[in-house]
Amino acid sequence: MLLSSMQTIATATTGHPLADTAAKFVWLLPALPLLGFVVNGLLSLTAAANIGPADPSAVGHGHDDHSQESTHGAHGAHDDHHVVRHRHAALVSLVGPGVLAASFVLAAAIFMAMRGVEMHVPFISTLFSWMPVGDLHIDAALQLDPLSMVMVLIITGVGTLIHIFSVGYMQDDPGYPRYFAYLNLFVFFMLLLVLGANYPLMFVGWEGVGLCSYLLIGFWFSEQANADAGKKAFIVNRIGDFGFLVAMFLLFSNLGALDFMGIAGSADKLQPGGPLVTTICLFFFLGCAGKSAQLPLYIWLPDAMAGPTPVSALIHAATMVTAGVYLIARSSLLFSMAPVASLTVALVGGVTALFAATIGLKQWDIKKVLAYSTVSQLGYMFVGVGVGAYAAGVFHLMTHAFFKALLFLGSGSVIYAMHAAYHATHSHDDAQDMRNMGGLKQYLPITWVLMWIATLAIAGIPVFSGFFSKDEILSSVFARAHGSPLADAVWLGIPGSALLYFVYALGLAAALLTAIYMTRMMLYTFHGPNRTGEMERNHLKEAPWTMTGPLVVLGVLSAIGGFLNLPEFFTTLIPALPGETLAKWLEPVVGSATARLAGGEGHLPASTEQLLVGVAITIAVAGIVIAVTRLKPAALVKKSESPESVGLEKMLEHKYYVDEAYEKAIVTPTIVVSRAVLWKGIDSGIIDGLMVNGSAMFARAFGWVGSQLQSGQVGTYAWVLVIGAVALLGAFVRAMQ
Amino acid sequence: MTDFLNAIHYNIWILPVLLLLPLIGATGLMADAYFGRTTDGMGSSLSRVRGLALTYFVVELVLSLGLWWSVDTSSSTWQAYVSLPWIPLWGARILLGVDGISMLLILLTTILMPLAVLGGWTSIKENAHSYYALLLVLTTGMLGVFMALDLLLFYVMWEVMLVPMYLIIGIWGGQRRLYASIKFFIYTMVGSLLMLVAILYMGFLHPDATTQLPNFSYDYLLHSLALTHVQQLLLFVAFFLAFAVKVPMFPFHTWLPDAHVEAPTAGSVILAAIMLKMGTFGFIRYALPFFPDAAMDPRVRSIVLTLAVIGIVYGALVALVQPDFKKLVAYSSVSHLGFVMLGIFSLNVQSVQGALMVNLSHGISTGALFLLIGMIYERRHTRLIADYGGIAKVMPVFATILTIVTFSSIAVPGTNGFVGEFLVLVGSFRTQPVYALIAATAVIFAAAYLLWAIQRIIFNPLTKPENKGLRDLNWREIGLMAPLVFFIFWMGVYPKPILEKTQAAAERLVQQVEGGATMTAANEGRRK
Repeated sequence: MLLSSMQTIATATTGHPLADTAAKFVWLLPALPLLGFVVNGLLSLTAAANIGPADPSAVGHGHDDHSQESTHGAHGAHDDHHVVRHRHAALVSLVGPGVLAASFVLAAAIFMAMRGVEMHVPFISTLFSWMPVGDLHIDAALQLDPLSMVMVLIITGVGTLIHIFSVGYMQDDPGYPRYFAYLNLFVFFMLLLVLGANYPLMFVGWEGVGLCSYLLIGFWFSEQANADAGKKAFIVNRIGDFGFLVAMFLLFSNLGALDFMGIAGSADKLQPGGPLVTTICLFFFLGCAGKSAQLPLYIWLPDAMAGPTPVSALIHAATMVTAGVYLIARSSLLFSMAPVASLTVALVGGVTALFAATIGLKQWDIKKVLAYSTVSQLGYMFVGVGVGAYAAGVFHLMTHAFFKALLFLGSGSVIYAMHAAYHATHSHDDAQDMRNMGGLKQYLPITWVLMWIATLAIAGIPVFSGFFSKDEILSSVFARAHGSPLADAVWLGIPGSALLYFVYALGLAAALLTAIYMTRMMLYTFHGPNRTGEMERNHLKEAPWTMTGPLVVLGVLSAIGGFLNLPEFFTTLIPALPGETLAKWLEPVVGSATARLAGGEGHLPASTEQLLVGVAITIAVAGIVIAVTRLKPAALVKKSESPESVGLEKMLEHKYYVDEAYEKAIVTPTIVVSRAVLWKGIDSGIIDGLMVNGSAMFARAFGWVGSQLQSGQVGTYAWVLVIGAVALLGAFVRAMQ
Repeated sequence: MTDFLNAIHYNIWILPVLLLLPLIGATGLMADAYFGRTTDGMGSSLSRVRGLALTYFVVELVLSLGLWWSVDTSSSTWQAYVSLPWIPLWGARILLGVDGISMLLILLTTILMPLAVLGGWTSIKENAHSYYALLLVLTTGMLGVFMALDLLLFYVMWEVMLVPMYLIIGIWGGQRRLYASIKFFIYTMVGSLLMLVAILYMGFLHPDATTQLPNFSYDYLLHSLALTHVQQLLLFVAFFLAFAVKVPMFPFHTWLPDAHVEAPTAGSVILAAIMLKMGTFGFIRYALPFFPDAAMDPRVRSIVLTLAVIGIVYGALVALVQPDFKKLVAYSSVSHLGFVMLGIFSLNVQSVQGALMVNLSHGISTGALFLLIGMIYERRHTRLIADYGGIAKVMPVFATILTIVTFSSIAVPGTNGFVGEFLVLVGSFRTQPVYALIAATAVIFAAAYLLWAIQRIIFNPLTKPENKGLRDLNWREIGLMAPLVFFIFWMGVYPKPILEKTQAAAERLVQQVEGGATMTAANEGRRK
């Protein structure tokens, strides 16, 4: 009954081929995780609450009565794990992943319906009018089209797997319901982000996922570093959000519309290549740089690893951080009209890809390696959407969601095992430092195999998924570098063509480093002798099936995910396979924009393409070979016994000191100026001290003079009388003359 | 609902009743205290006094709710209009009436007052009857400001508010309460004196043709005053000072942090949530429609907009470094109210509607923040951020509500704060892009100062022994926060019903000012 009454709220595009299919329940996609959030949130609060006395002021201090959650110490992976299940754990385990699985099933049903119809017009379901003011009409409306469909499938699909993994990973945590409440809420906002039919609604999701990211990074809030990391993520993201907002203001004041359909209808008011559309796109890209951790706003993502590892997999690898890529694909119409902005996107993406990869070379924390790897891979995606290869960017987004989620969850498995071992022996060593690992393949064989699959995928070894998507991006860059509108554009005086060849070189260099640092991570973690410790070694074991199960599924996807969008050179080799499936699927959304930036040239000659593929494979293999031959896992010593690194190595280990530089250049000056100049100087000093209290002093002084005149001393009065009389007399005499 | 209200002639009696009821209540409380003491020798007990007071406020609230349905906000005439004789010799009358804007502010007042009373339920123990009587008198003053349609009546109500608030801060306030209360009183008094002069000047400018008495009627003055550009500028300045102090606009804001910090919880809530709205309401109701030419003068406009934008950024930066949580919220008010001013003076439908929305949501969110601060102050007797840390562990419900309210204050979409700020910015960007661009940076600063503050209060390690024994909110405290949390989400997710209430009034304001300005220009042209 609730379902049918809710349904009447939604008015869908009538006459659309999807109108009578499962698509009419599109609102349920985000509503289900929202329901999960409400249930889990209430379970968390009712269990933790410790209702206070009626008169709090009458209660003395020193009551030592702790709440449910605190009794067990919310420390998580870094400290003692008390194995005391939350009293609602069973219900939470059912609701948390359950709502997501239901969402995924619905998404699959909608996808099946969509496969059968022509999707030239998106299916829009309007729920209610959100902000109607004058000529501004913002609806709460959801938009289904091939692009949002792909994103919904990734989010609910990978999301479900990660939720199931979390059941195993987090079940002993005292904040278990709170964790799932946040995770469900995140999926709700993420779905809103990709389903919103206008920029403001997308922005709701955009900021909402940032909020959940904040809450989940700081999930173990009792450690200051975690709370700091959450706050940093939110504030740095807000710098990007400022860009998103300004881009929306520019769109509305110039086009009078903020919904995607309305903008598409009035985009001809914009002059292609003009300053306005370029400015709009650059402000949007500022938003992307924040959310998707690109230079110079990437600094929050490595710190975000303070959150539970499944969170890193879902939010900080597979979904949220790719929102920027989605935003550009969604705005492909605008970006294709702004070649200079697109070149900026590609350049920033390329530089970020290489920059982050160099830092990844020298990290010891297994999650930090993956974090910088994510920053680097996001750079590739921006190279893709920057050169107008929107389908390639989304393709890499998808394969990355598979293999990076697998890598993070795999590292979660490793950390889980390490942590359990250290816990059993009451050791306080670092469970995430690779110098404390080594030789884990014999203890975690499933994780070992699966993580190698993901590593080969990210390194770009043929037929694994990452090979196809990365190659597609790089060959697109090469193709656009000659005879396309991008190549003909001029970026700050540099010819677009030269810039694109440079970006291609950056991409190749980053690919080499990717293969090296990933192989390094695998060698140090799983190969060579074990450095965990004599006693600890006996406690190392594979995680339960709730954790390995999702890993296996992701392993399969990482291996064969590339077949969802096979390039031409491959399908000519094996004609039985369907080619460019994803590109064709996305064609109604990004097709015209892609064509506009690709120019007349289209595809590369077959020989050039084969050469590029050859180079890519050589580089990937070379990276792995270099790592295997040059690195000596046997020579590593435990973290506590490792010497300080020096020179370039030290600089990489400290991430080029970028955080320190920001701290010194921006954070500290802002606080010092605010405190010393604005507050103490202007507020307390000038306005309050000089003007407000000054005028009070003046009034008091004036009053003092007056009071002296009325002292009550007859002598004074007599003198004043005399002086006054004399003065009057003088004046009189003068007047008489 | 509308039929029922018509049947009981609700619109005819509601406004005078809303003004009178608190006064009757105040008298009743004082009488109860006085006679209670003489009859049983015990004095009236605390629970009896606060119970009575709460009853008055709840009755006031229930009565006022009918306005939501009875007021026809699309009408161009005043609703629930009342005209009663007052001081015939001066030509002053009791003229009361509301439109969509004042109706919502009246509801904000009547909704927040019982919550403010509940907020101080257990912390006010001394002279409780006087305290609640003063709160009731204050209510009459505030509602009077929103209802008055006679400028002299408006001025009287404006000053009536000052006295009870002065006493509430001065008697039930914190350590520096005397300094704060006197500063508050003189600051606002000085600001409004010029306004009195201006009102008198306007009243005597065009006396009634037959009786030769001055006329202070809002509608009469609005339509009969034909002011020159210079007259408009001078009168505008007089009104501007009174309102700018109240808003408060930079640099007239320094009374606010002191008053907020020293006032008891209810005082801070009322100051922030309602009394600051008097200033912005004054601009919307008086300064702009009466002196459109002055308000549209490019020099005046750029000065006001500059002060508004300085307030937005400056307030946020100063808030960043406050060690006292109440002071931090006070400076955040300077920042938020800057958005309201930016919206009003950008003068288009979106920006004005946004300004009205920020007005209301600031009332809800900042009111909620002060209530929450009051709750931990009652437990720990300190407002210093550094004295807390990690208390989410012992007070999870408090932490949850504080987080929700904080994010509404940061203006995260889905909460009330976002709708207002977004509309102000999207609207002001159309006419004043540079100011809007600078103002938009506040989205970064707001996140910085609020998140840093709540991290140091509810997150981080729970190390201080005094905090380890803290008890979570009780049912009274949860219950009084619940409506505010509800409003935060309602106004954020489905603001349409509220936006509709003020749509006509906002459009009228924009037309009035733009049309009025061209009319004066035409007059001047003819004179030359």
